[in-house]
Amino acid sequence: QTGIFQSLLVRTTQQQGNRKIHRGERALQHTTARACAGKKESKTRLVRSSLLLPEAEPEKSKRTVLACNRLKTTKYTALSFLPKNLFEQFHRLANVYFVFIALLNFVPAVNAFQPELALAPVLFILAVTAIKDLWEDYSRYRSDQEINHMECLVYSRNEKKYISRYWKEVKVGDFVQLRCNEIIPADILLLSSSDPDGLCHIETANLDGETNLKQRQVVRRFLELDSEFDPLKFTSVIECEKPNNDLSRFRGYIIHKSGKKDGLFKENLLLRGCTIRNTEEVAGIVIYAGHETKALLNNNGPRYKRSKLERQMNADVLWCVLILLIMCLFSAIGHGLWVWQYGEKKKPIFDVPGPDGKYLSPVLASVYLFLTVIIVFQVLIPISLYVSIEIVKICQVYFIHQDKDLYDEETDSQLQCRALNITEDLGQVQFIFSDKTGTLTENKMVFRRCTVSGIEYSHDDNAKRLAMYQEPDSEEEEAAPKAGTLSQRDSICSHQSIKVIHRSQSTKTHRRTGSRAEAKRASILSKHTAFSSPMEKDITPDPRLLEKVNECAKHLEVMRSHEQPLSHLSPELCDVFDFFIALTICNTVVVTAPNQPRQKVNRFELKSPVKTIEDFIRRFTPSRLTAGSNSSSSSSLATSKSMHRFGLSTLSSTSTDSTLLKLEENSQQGRTAVGGTPEEGELRYEAESPDEAALVYAARAYNCSLVGRLSDQVSVELPHLGTLSFEVLHTLGFDSIRKRMSVVVRHPLTDEINVYTKGADSVVMDLLLPYDPRGKHQKKIRSKTQNYLNLYAVDGLRTLCIAKRVLSKEEYGCWLKTHLEAESSIENREELLFQSALRIEKNLHLLGATGIEDRLQDGVPETIASLRKAGLQIWVLTGDKQETAVNIAYACKLLDHDEEIITLNTFSNPSELLIFPVLNLLQAVTKSLLIRSNTQGTRLIVLGLVIDGRTLAYALEPALEDKFLALAKRCRSVLCCRSTPLQKSMVVKLVRDKLKAMTLAIGDGANDVSMIQVADVGVGISGQEGMQAVMASDFAIPRFRHLEKLLLVHGHWCYSRLANMVLYFFYKNAMFVALLFWYQFYCGFSGSSMIDQWYLIFFNLFFSSLPQLITGVLDKDVPAEVLIAVPQLYKSGQNMEEYQPHMFWMNMIDAMYQSLVCFFIPYFTYYDSEVDIFSWGTPITTIALFTIILHLAIETKTWHILFLADIYKNIILFFFVALVYNASCPVCHPPSNPYWTMERLMGDPVFYFTCIISPVVALLPRFLYRTLQGTLFPTQLQLGRQLSKLSPETRTQLLTELNVKETIRQTQLLADSFSLSLGSNASHCYRAKNQSTPLPASPQTRESLFREHTKAEHKTDQTAAASPQGAVLYEENKLPSSAGSLERSVGFHDVRCGTSEVESLSVGTTLPWSSAVDQEDFSLLKWITSTPLFSHIGTVLQVSSSSLQNETRDSICVLGSSLHVDFKGLKEESSNCLQDKMKGTPTDHCKNENSETTFL
Amino acid sequence: MKNKTSFLPKEGEAQPSRCPDNSAFKQQRLPAWKPQLTIASVLSCFFLTGAFCITVGVCLVLSANSVREIQIDYSDKCSDCSKLRENSSNWNKECQCSVNFTLKEGDIFMYYGLQNFYQNHRRYVMSRSDAQLLGRNVNRSYCAPFSTYRNGTPMAPCGAIANSIFNDTIDLFYNHNSSVIQVPLLKTGNSWWTDKNVKFRNPDSYNLSSAFAGTARPPYWQKAVYLLDEEDERNNGYVNDDFIIWMRVSAFATFRNLYRRLRRVRHFAEGLPAGNYTFHISYNFPVARFKGRKHVILSTVVWSGGSNPFLGIAYLVSGSAATLTGFVITGIHLKLRKKKTYFQKQ
Repeated sequence: QTGIFQSLLVRTTQQQGNRKIHRGERALQHTTARACAGKKESKTRLVRSSLLLPEAEPEKSKRTVLACNRLKTTKYTALSFLPKNLFEQFHRLANVYFVFIALLNFVPAVNAFQPELALAPVLFILAVTAIKDLWEDYSRYRSDQEINHMECLVYSRNEKKYISRYWKEVKVGDFVQLRCNEIIPADILLLSSSDPDGLCHIETANLDGETNLKQRQVVRRFLELDSEFDPLKFTSVIECEKPNNDLSRFRGYIIHKSGKKDGLFKENLLLRGCTIRNTEEVAGIVIYAGHETKALLNNNGPRYKRSKLERQMNADVLWCVLILLIMCLFSAIGHGLWVWQYGEKKKPIFDVPGPDGKYLSPVLASVYLFLTVIIVFQVLIPISLYVSIEIVKICQVYFIHQDKDLYDEETDSQLQCRALNITEDLGQVQFIFSDKTGTLTENKMVFRRCTVSGIEYSHDDNAKRLAMYQEPDSEEEEAAPKAGTLSQRDSICSHQSIKVIHRSQSTKTHRRTGSRAEAKRASILSKHTAFSSPMEKDITPDPRLLEKVNECAKHLEVMRSHEQPLSHLSPELCDVFDFFIALTICNTVVVTAPNQPRQKVNRFELKSPVKTIEDFIRRFTPSRLTAGSNSSSSSSLATSKSMHRFGLSTLSSTSTDSTLLKLEENSQQGRTAVGGTPEEGELRYEAESPDEAALVYAARAYNCSLVGRLSDQVSVELPHLGTLSFEVLHTLGFDSIRKRMSVVVRHPLTDEINVYTKGADSVVMDLLLPYDPRGKHQKKIRSKTQNYLNLYAVDGLRTLCIAKRVLSKEEYGCWLKTHLEAESSIENREELLFQSALRIEKNLHLLGATGIEDRLQDGVPETIASLRKAGLQIWVLTGDKQETAVNIAYACKLLDHDEEIITLNTFSNPSELLIFPVLNLLQAVTKSLLIRSNTQGTRLIVLGLVIDGRTLAYALEPALEDKFLALAKRCRSVLCCRSTPLQKSMVVKLVRDKLKAMTLAIGDGANDVSMIQVADVGVGISGQEGMQAVMASDFAIPRFRHLEKLLLVHGHWCYSRLANMVLYFFYKNAMFVALLFWYQFYCGFSGSSMIDQWYLIFFNLFFSSLPQLITGVLDKDVPAEVLIAVPQLYKSGQNMEEYQPHMFWMNMIDAMYQSLVCFFIPYFTYYDSEVDIFSWGTPITTIALFTIILHLAIETKTWHILFLADIYKNIILFFFVALVYNASCPVCHPPSNPYWTMERLMGDPVFYFTCIISPVVALLPRFLYRTLQGTLFPTQLQLGRQLSKLSPETRTQLLTELNVKETIRQTQLLADSFSLSLGSNASHCYRAKNQSTPLPASPQTRESLFREHTKAEHKTDQTAAASPQGAVLYEENKLPSSAGSLERSVGFHDVRCGTSEVESLSVGTTLPWSSAVDQEDFSLLKWITSTPLFSHIGTVLQVSSSSLQNETRDSICVLGSSLHVDFKGLKEESSNCLQDKMKGTPTDHCKNENSETTFL
Repeated sequence: MKNKTSFLPKEGEAQPSRCPDNSAFKQQRLPAWKPQLTIASVLSCFFLTGAFCITVGVCLVLSANSVREIQIDYSDKCSDCSKLRENSSNWNKECQCSVNFTLKEGDIFMYYGLQNFYQNHRRYVMSRSDAQLLGRNVNRSYCAPFSTYRNGTPMAPCGAIANSIFNDTIDLFYNHNSSVIQVPLLKTGNSWWTDKNVKFRNPDSYNLSSAFAGTARPPYWQKAVYLLDEEDERNNGYVNDDFIIWMRVSAFATFRNLYRRLRRVRHFAEGLPAGNYTFHISYNFPVARFKGRKHVILSTVVWSGGSNPFLGIAYLVSGSAATLTGFVITGIHLKLRKKKTYFQKQ
């Protein structure tokens, strides 16, 4: 129905739209229209000034199309609340069912209860939900009101000035003026700014959480206006896209009266919700208002997920329905027979005829009865279950919120639960998919090392200093001496500048003076204010490099004074100079001053002094002043600007002398700035990514500091040289596809056009000048740099390459033309810009590389270890470099050194090269390994898988994903590097869907959003990188380590509580209903109930609901300490031990038994007595209540005060209610009339005796079972509970034992779970490389590894590493060990089996492939890497291949075949070569059990 | 978090820390007793339960055994009457029969018992009007079809329960030395006090017949409601004890209702003496139609109820079961204790 409504709506709006278009055309002529919606197909919107002729306003219909700025997030209005809310509630099937039942009661022939009474519980539940909804809606309404009544300045036509209006009154086409620190009320096109360059800074923290400032630009043509912007004169029409939710895109153009068009981009748009910063005043026209703003379009409400447990529960609810139907059917048939046995004529006196005096036929009677008993037995479907679960989950969320351990003091943030209804999923997670950067690591970049033109500067001092920082520096008393040593060390560095010392002193004083709390506070502040804490900012320069920088600067100074060209500098110094220039300017860092630090801090005090920021900006951008005062430079700026538009004619106009003049000016200015800086404090850098800030700070440590950035100019302060102003011609921003960014600047010294590029080494290395003018030297530098890069990666550093390109003016001009076209194009600007960037970022000259450390967060290795013990498989999906990722993985103990690492890499994959055969092979190998480990039972084989993005792309293809999964499943940890966000989500989806596993994705950045959304549980880290991940997540935690407690403790608790509660619910209702069912056998299946209808209806709601809620919220099956100490206990949740399908049935059977007891003990007690129906039913109710509550008591593990109090409360309440009810009035409750029953019963000893014996007998079996199970076959959880009672010493002792056993058990499990299917698909050829990972490897190995990385040619030389040799060698080594030989034979046998199967397939395909190989020039490679320590795979592969070589030379195994085909020629020599090499170091290999063997 | 909430500026820089309170409740550290269901901890529980149950059981069995009861099925013994009553057209024909029996000792409560009479049938149970029985003239919707006659005359009392009232009259005679003495029996005081005084009330009027004027007796009744006990004004109409007792519908199809109590006078001051007795029964209530039986029961009553020994036996059985289980698990416990089997199974 909604669908129909919607389509109707759409149709009407379309019609309206069409009408509007006609009117719009007319309006265009009269220029009256304020705005109008374009045609649907045009997909654009036209916006005109609202100030033009407001008489046209009566055209109301037009205005309705555009949303006004009123915010309305409420769902209901006062009128629509009831129908709408009910409508929504009836979407829940259960509610419909209960209403149906209640309505059935109104049918006289069927009714079981007083109809009004039967409605009560349904109404109660509907009312509870409605009140909850109403309250939520009201709070939304209140906050809406608050926002709607915020004020802003809107231009008024009548008063000819900006007047204050409410936000909600702002309309599309209005002109809005905003002051600094004001929040933007709508999406506004920036038309004027008080900033002379037409810039405006906004803070988007509200929108995406990014804390840096973003620049916005006035629409170009309005920038040139001479006079103040006057809204009245605005006659242009703006055509732009329809409202959409893409924050990073805005396209459109503005059509001026003259007919000229200007493009509009996202740089021109101020988004609602952002805050104006650093700009005094801006004005603009509203483009999108209210709900059409990008901010609100992006704002999807909370998500509703259905948890696994709930799904399972729903299945069991269906079973309950089935049971109910069976019971009803049984009763109906029984009744039919009962009626039938009396025959037609001889109706017994107690069979009451219908109101018309006629008796029902047996069939009709049974049909009616069926409906009646549905009503009577309705309780079987737990009406309150859904409400209870909701309440319990809300309480659980509350308690998770309140957990102190999940609070992070540093960021003053705590866990946020954003999804309220999947708490128990936390207890069942099987796979964790984690991002690396920012999730495992701090995402606080620390500059560690760099290499410039092939020379490495290790920054050892810096490393030492960092090591000191890493020690807990909470003891403030110790901070002072530490700082002292720091400054000492600083002074030891002979070339240390004053500034650095000063800086370290300033930190010292800061540390000394601050009390503990203050220091904490300062650190919090600094975290809020910028990416960089003092730790990251202070970099101790490497003395050698510093020397070089100084030398370089000196040279430059000399050169400048002698007016020598720059080329006199030695190439190395030149590189050093350029390197630091690139570090400083190749970024988007914004400079702010420290005393007015970051507005984010000031966000809470909106009325902070604004002027000073401006002052600061002015004061600390001396070059800006220079530019202002110096006519020549400003003219050059102007020319450059005009150049943008008119091409390149004026390009060569700037003369050298003017540059020099400027330089001199600058240097003077710069000196004053240098003098001024320390007094006023330091400059602060705000970067979009922490890497950038780290690099800028690093450059500053070498006295090459960024002092100012404007849109077209960067000022750099250099030693001796003073301030240099680089004219920024273009900034080609970073994107994840290019993986680099560039700036195009005009070099002030040489006046050359320089392109500085900074990017991932993998891309930048490929873009380097292919043809090398400087010959061998450059080549050497390049390979050296590559080596160092690899070393950095091994150390887990993030590497960036810095490169430069000098453009000739002609080249630049050429490029500029296309670039400008791209910039001004409206259609596919992004893509054109991308292409344009690709064109300029080539033929680069490598300057150097940097290594930035991203430190691990606290407790990450421990958390991972503990999560792993908990049986969670942890996959890390990262966009980072493989080497970096692997090393971080080692650092955080994700990978272990005694683990077999399988690495899958594909290099340049043209066609459908498949990893299929590799996977097959690996399966065969792993199988054999497992078999061997089974037979031996001694060694544990743990696999780790490393796969990169490109390979992943193939692995995720439908044909391969199963194989991939089968392999990955067997690995203890999986590491996917260089994966895109989409791949991340695909991997998660694959695991989730194929393995039917519960997945959790954790990440912190925007690139993790898709993964977080796909996973069953999404966790966001509310860290540094914006709020997008948090917004998308179900839970947001401050730190990765909090995951441990969240999952192991809260997850487990939530799961076990809820599981127990659900099971108990089923039990309770079944037990209660069964009582009624048994009674049917004694009342002719007539549907009568001995339990009074009031009890029947309210039993669930009042008497037995609260204790289970309390248990559901507060029960702790195992204390938190034990859960943390024994992570294995988490497995109970993964295996669904608390709520397995059979448990439902066990509970049902138990319920049946208990109800039998509770029914028949009173039955036989009162058999053949004068007892009346309610005098007999009331004891049964009482017994049932006792039994149900005591059952809960048995199932509850912690009897805390609330629980006990509630149990007593319930029992007392029941008696109280019963007594009051039975004494209330003799006629009030027709048809039942239990007047004075309870009172009478309570004077009868039999009542008490019955009520005592029945629960005891009913619960004895369960009690006994629990006891025996707790003693004889205790579950892990029960053992855990016992642990908590032991003394700490015994506990630790037991735990160590436990862990040992655990590992053994895991191995067996692994082996058990192993099932193999050898592929039978056509296999393509591949090369597999079995290679040792570098860590314990000899230097030589490492070296060779690097070399392989460097170049493809090298690769062929070295990695032609003939496997036979390695294998033979290995075998020789191996042979003497007797233990090994047995192993080997087993493994050997198996692989032969495996390979012989593959063999037949590969034969056909090897030949065609060999030709492909030649073309591909060996860039086609797949690696299988295994760690050295237990290189089982290696062993087996080696053995098999060697044996094949020796014995069945002509038979082609997969490995052998590829070897044969690929390297027919090469093989001999390379093997010889390798043989020599290997023989050189056989001992090494022996010692380390470490072999490097390659199959190619 | 919705965007809009974060629009709102928060007052003051000195924000209170968001660190949660360290209270026992919020940190889920409420003091609690964590019972461990292991053999060692529950052993005493079993034995105590066993001891308790056996004690109570013995008491109950003893007391149940002290009950003297005699039950006489007279539905067949008066076969002529039974046949007569099968035909509902003979409802007004008198039929008398007598049953002789020998009693050993004195019993003081007299019940009539019915078998297979489904007084707990749902529609039967509902078919009454409590308001009417309180003497009010109200809507008797639940009584249909025994609410009004076709001509509109309301039935008093209405409903199927009232209509089907047990209308046998049973008199007990003591054959004492060839002379037959009618045993004096109390008609009143058999029903619950609250029923007699609160739930049932005759309509207000100067006399009963006028109070029930305009109403008619239910179809099965032989006489009008105000003629139920003409001797005793306070036992007539709706407040008639036999009627009240009948209106309290029984829980099962086999039940007994208290009919008369012995009035301890003269010969019977010590209860019923041993000897031969005769029931004179005016046989009205038809049972053959639903294969029912009618009994007359004489019984004594003790504190624990009637002669039903079930409860006592149940206590004994469960008590001994608990004790036995206690012994068994003690054995298991002792055996396990030697082994020290914590964490044996992983």
